[in-house]
Amino acid sequence: MKGTKSILLVGVGGQGTILASKILTNVAIKQGYDVKMTEIHGMAQRGGSVVTQVRMGEKVHSPLIEPGQADYIVAFEQLEALRWIHFLNDAGTVIVNTQRINPMTVIIGSAEYPSDALEQVKAAAPKTISLDALEIAKKLGNIRVVNVVLLGAMAKQMDIAKEDWLSALEATVPARFLELNRQAFQAGYDA
Amino acid sequence: MTKVLLTGNEAIARGAYENGVAVATAYPGTPSTEILENIANHKEIHAQWSPNEKVALEVAIGASISGARALCAMKHVGVNVAADPLFTFTYTGVNGGLVLVSADDPGMHSSQNEQDNRNYARFAKMGLLEPTNSQEAKDMVGYALNISEQFDMPVMLRTTTRVSHSKTLVELAEPKARTLKPYTKDARKYVAVPANAKGRTVFVVEERLQKMAEFSETTELNRIEWADKKIGIVTSGIVYEYVKEALPNASILKLGYTNPLPLKKIASFAAEVEQLWIVEELDPFMEDQIRAVGIPIYGGKAELGRIGEYTPSLLRKAILGIDSTAKAPAATPIRPPVLCPGCPHRGAYYALKKNKKLVTGDIGCYTLGAMPPLQSLDTTICMGASIPVALGMEKARPDQAENLVAVIGDSTFLHSGITGLINTVYNKGTSTIMILDNRITAMTGHQHHAATGKTLQGEDTSQVDFEALCRAVGVKRVRVVDPGDLAALDQAIKEETAVREPSVIIARRPCALIVKHTEPRLQVNHDACVGCRMCMGIGCPAISFTDKKSTIDPSLCVGCGLCQQVCKFGAIVPEEVQ
Ligand SMILES: Cc1ncc(C[n+]2csc(CCOP(=O)(O)OP(=O)(O)O)c2C)c(N)n1
Repeated sequence: MKGTKSILLVGVGGQGTILASKILTNVAIKQGYDVKMTEIHGMAQRGGSVVTQVRMGEKVHSPLIEPGQADYIVAFEQLEALRWIHFLNDAGTVIVNTQRINPMTVIIGSAEYPSDALEQVKAAAPKTISLDALEIAKKLGNIRVVNVVLLGAMAKQMDIAKEDWLSALEATVPARFLELNRQAFQAGYDA
Repeated sequence: MTKVLLTGNEAIARGAYENGVAVATAYPGTPSTEILENIANHKEIHAQWSPNEKVALEVAIGASISGARALCAMKHVGVNVAADPLFTFTYTGVNGGLVLVSADDPGMHSSQNEQDNRNYARFAKMGLLEPTNSQEAKDMVGYALNISEQFDMPVMLRTTTRVSHSKTLVELAEPKARTLKPYTKDARKYVAVPANAKGRTVFVVEERLQKMAEFSETTELNRIEWADKKIGIVTSGIVYEYVKEALPNASILKLGYTNPLPLKKIASFAAEVEQLWIVEELDPFMEDQIRAVGIPIYGGKAELGRIGEYTPSLLRKAILGIDSTAKAPAATPIRPPVLCPGCPHRGAYYALKKNKKLVTGDIGCYTLGAMPPLQSLDTTICMGASIPVALGMEKARPDQAENLVAVIGDSTFLHSGITGLINTVYNKGTSTIMILDNRITAMTGHQHHAATGKTLQGEDTSQVDFEALCRAVGVKRVRVVDPGDLAALDQAIKEETAVREPSVIIARRPCALIVKHTEPRLQVNHDACVGCRMCMGIGCPAISFTDKKSTIDPSLCVGCGLCQQVCKFGAIVPEEVQ
């Protein structure tokens, strides 16, 4: 890996972005990289937009990812992908869950959910991989593994050995959920 | 030793553990909360939640005077609450070292204001440390305690959200022994009466400031990184990392110890560089002091701004004139935080809105009741303000007395609501006060408090009895209602606002995130739904409206039944029935 890699994980409070970023940073540390991660808690926990920023490389100074700088955006929800798409760099990759979650502004009718959100994301980022992680998770029998499905899809795009991802997964999730999470990771990887 | 990835808060907790802290106290507040939650895991430290920041600091002061090392943590506005003991403790000085962690929030990610608490350190004449990353956050706890004992004063460790909540690699060390210094009675030091304090201002506080200034000039915490001398940057805290990112070739004077500032060092640094920039978020704390001694500054606040967070690209643009042409963001509807499905606050606000009350509010999850569609709050100032603000309104506009309700959370009531209630009773107010008792401090991530029956370290303890407490201060009308029962709530609001005496309605139901939900989930019978949108008025994120019908998302519904109570057509039914 050359230079610093910047990864943005975006979604809706409660979707499990934090666990995904934990596994990601564990992988990065194992590779011997300097790692920084920043996220905003607080109000965002209550169903608001959430964003986690991860940067890894030989030496990382700022934990912040700025517009036009992200190498990867992993979006847990379509609208959130669109909200953050201008953070992607020209060669960047987007992994987007096609799930839609209406914000309160849409629910009460004061705003409209952009029906072409996914198309807009694809137009802005030629390297967009979209998958229905919720459906995949449902098939595996637990909607909470959406995050690990997406992580699997992202792992496929990065030049880090699959075994390293799996051992980071092992180190992060409780043993009784390990098999389920392995399957989720694999399903995302193959998607 | 191994390197681990820690947030600034986790690192501060580790620093407390490694550096002999014996007593740690706090009241929760973003972005500081996880400091005490992590210290609590070390059973050799007494860690506690206090009802508010003033009490937390006073407990830490007691521990320090008796010879222990102590740490007290709070969010920036917490220092306002704790300012009274703080400003005198800087006179009396310490026995065991005391570090006060102030977690500031530039950009107001989760705060009601953006105050820069470095000013407090200068105002109170105490030492000030500003960590840049988690390693420094941990190390500076040790520095702060040593400096505190060396100079006989409390020391402020000031973080910002990006330090508190960013994870960076930290090298762990073995903990030092937790030793207690001897305590000997010393009334001239610890009894702050005018005679004693006068002596200390002249001979201790002022003399100490001189010595602190000398320390600031020589400490390794304030270091120069020479590079190209065209641009020289004086900076501190997280902003140092942004400078390294944006201006890798600039010379940097990195300040870790910032009160008093090392003005001689800054002057000699300034003399060697062509352009001197002072780069600090929020107030011109360093800049004003540097200007005051006549050091010429090339750029600072005027170019960089004094509001919100800095970023590397902001520095690149302002200092180097390089505008990284980023794409414009797409138009997207905002996604604000909302009351959770099943939140007990929803019923309370719905009932207040229905009764068209003027509602003075307070701070907590229930502040979200100000958002559409409930929009039931008229004011929110600071913790505890709801009850006194209602009284002030009543005294200014007696005709509004029957229209006023103050709402306050259980944790907030214990923090600073009770004095307001005493005041209302004492001054013959007639307000109705609604304690939104969800049995936990929810907003900051579910911390225990004096009415939950558990301590921070998980022990069983006594519980404040709100009903008895309100009666004891003189409120005669105290009643408990379930905010999940809209009819009962409606009746309580009508009756209590009508009477000409103070009354308290305790709306009691545990936070939806701390209970197991056993009620069946609900769904909409689309044949019965007439599309009247009544259920949309409660602002539940589980309910949406498409094709003229409401629909409930089964993955979000917890079966609280509020929507069922507002539906006039019986269209909302338990899942099995349909
Ligand atoms: C002086 C001060 N300290 C701490 C905070 C952080 N804070 C905001 S809301 C809150 C807790 C509110 O708890 P509670 O009153 O029980 O309401 P809930 O969130 O449970 O609805 C805290 C600690 C603050 N805003 N001001």
